[in-house]
Amino acid sequence: MYDAPLRKTDVEANEIKISAKDVQVYYGDNHAIKDVSVELQDKTVTAFIGPSGCGKSTFLRCLNRMNDTIDICRVEGLISLDGEDIYDKRVDPVQLRAKVGMVFQKANPFPKSIYDNVAYGPRIHGLAKNKAELDEIVEKALRRGAIWDEVKDRLHAPGTGLSGGQQQRLCIARAVATEPEVLLMDEPCSALDPIATAQVEELIDELRTKYSVVIVTHSMQQAARVSQKTAFFHLGNLVEYGETSQIFTNPVDSRTESYITGRIG
Amino acid sequence: MTDATSQGGSRPNARPTTSLTAVGSRTKKRNASEKRFRAYGLAAIGTGLFFLVVLLSAIVSNGSSAFMQTFIEVPVYLDPAKLDKNGNRDPEDIAKVSTFGYSPLIQNAVFEQVQDKGIATEYDDAGDMKALISASAAAQLRDRVIANPDLIGETVDFQILASSRVDGYLKGRVSRDSITQDKNIDAGHLDLVDALREDGTVHKSFNFAFITGADASESRPEQAGLGVSMLGSFFMMLVVLFLALPIGVAASIYLEEFAPQNKFTDFIEVNISNLAAVPSIVFGILGLAAFIQFAHLPQSAPLVGGLTLTLMTLPTIVISTRASLKAVPPSIRDAALGVGASKMQSVFHHVLPLAMPGILTGTIIGLAQALGETAPLLLIGMVGYIATNYPDGVISGFLSPNSAMPAQIYEWAKRADPAYYERAWGGIIILLVFLLVMNVIAIILRRKFERRW
Repeated sequence: MYDAPLRKTDVEANEIKISAKDVQVYYGDNHAIKDVSVELQDKTVTAFIGPSGCGKSTFLRCLNRMNDTIDICRVEGLISLDGEDIYDKRVDPVQLRAKVGMVFQKANPFPKSIYDNVAYGPRIHGLAKNKAELDEIVEKALRRGAIWDEVKDRLHAPGTGLSGGQQQRLCIARAVATEPEVLLMDEPCSALDPIATAQVEELIDELRTKYSVVIVTHSMQQAARVSQKTAFFHLGNLVEYGETSQIFTNPVDSRTESYITGRIG
Repeated sequence: MTDATSQGGSRPNARPTTSLTAVGSRTKKRNASEKRFRAYGLAAIGTGLFFLVVLLSAIVSNGSSAFMQTFIEVPVYLDPAKLDKNGNRDPEDIAKVSTFGYSPLIQNAVFEQVQDKGIATEYDDAGDMKALISASAAAQLRDRVIANPDLIGETVDFQILASSRVDGYLKGRVSRDSITQDKNIDAGHLDLVDALREDGTVHKSFNFAFITGADASESRPEQAGLGVSMLGSFFMMLVVLFLALPIGVAASIYLEEFAPQNKFTDFIEVNISNLAAVPSIVFGILGLAAFIQFAHLPQSAPLVGGLTLTLMTLPTIVISTRASLKAVPPSIRDAALGVGASKMQSVFHHVLPLAMPGILTGTIIGLAQALGETAPLLLIGMVGYIATNYPDGVISGFLSPNSAMPAQIYEWAKRADPAYYERAWGGIIILLVFLLVMNVIAIILRRKFERRW
């Protein structure tokens, strides 16, 4: 009994959720991502670290095809989710994004009520048959976003009226409301104070039980705190990928070591 | 390295220490130039305000008199012997009596009033009263009798429209000096008007007919009103609103959100900006060629005017709509796409509502611009048309010839009789009130829909 749940997580952690092979990304003539191959595991928090402009956000945005909205962006190579090529011509990016949710650097709630912010995704995907079901989904998402207690009495107040940390947790609740399988987070705490950051980090740790979480962060302490796997990017290359503890204590590559000790970046 | 030497105490290029209260020469110069710039700004604003006041006071002082009109109030005996010779009150027989049957009745009524009041006058014939009475008075009386034949045989109080000379005399436009060459009125008539005015028979009252009425022929300025051309403008604005708004907004959404960035869309963009600066008369001749000569739509019709003004308004709406779509933060689009909304859902559910205040403001500004536009109407025949009849219904409102407010004002300003000059200024006041109302609506809508994010 004592170690049974632990083992179970270990088994699941070994399943590959997203696999990238020889991914190249070009912005016009600029070669932003070079030969990145990585396998991201299910029910695991994977952190992408690296200096500014190293391509970690670009790579993250490839995983749910948010780069499609940029005209000059071109993606080559193979990225698959559960073994299916997400850049296949038959794949509708809208369906993909319902499975691979995203939380952005700047909290960006819609200028609508808190309820409508969370209910928007379920509504457009037809996840609720009636008002009661939708209410239930919204409550569940807000609870999972660790913000339910703070907003339950003012669900119809505007989402933009919340504080920065609350807004970011609302955005996380909005992302999980559509029941994604993977959650991408692009520097979710960069605009938050330490207390709000701690709340969001705690939340990420809880989300790991249900989702595969990929987080881009500039804070190495944050990567060390929340992630099990870490990938270090430098100048568009994936330099090193491995267990977080190993990356931070015993990096293989000299560039990784320089970065985490503060000599480059 | 250099620190070592300067730490010795005597810096060769160190600034002399001065008191903070002593103003240095550079600071003085800087402050002076700032003061000068403020003065320029104030002068510019002052000049602008001065001309605004001049403009408004000129408009009000010249135009406000158009809203008052002179009437002669006398009891008129509707003689059955003249109006209904058969005595059977048959509407058809009554309608056969033309305005020539009514004119003598009115002249008699005025003449009797003069004699009853015991006013001394050189005139001894009722026909001499003609100079005081508008040529349209007989038609107005006739309309009233045809509408209600039972009035025949009775004496009714009637507000007779005074002739434009009498009206001008009461408003100070006509004087005894100015009429020495005038064949329509004599000094004696003015003496008579003075006397009648004292006992209240001749008086000025508010002129609703100027706002609601139709245009009149050149010789009857006292009868002319802006109402029919106002309807013409109204139907044109309907056409502009229902064509320019959807087409303009759809085009901007496509260009801003969906169109790929390439040379072709760049070319379109440049040309839309250029179109906004094209003189309106160019759109007029385009409308003439495309809608009248090619499509054979009726001349002078508000439909054609509206189509032409739509062409003119589209660039304004497209430009303002694109600007307000651009102003919506991209994070909102990302947020919508991130939860799995399609491009179209993200635009229609999130971007468009946020851009709405800007779009509405741009549309109303475009409409206001179209409402005041005269030059394109010149070429499609809406200027010079005498708008004397109300349209029969909605369809004829669009298709039958009409004028428009600015075209009507231009038309009045062209006419010889100085009485029309006053009408033109009055028309300008009404037009400005419309524009003011539209701008206020734009401001209210913007305030109402404005949301922060």
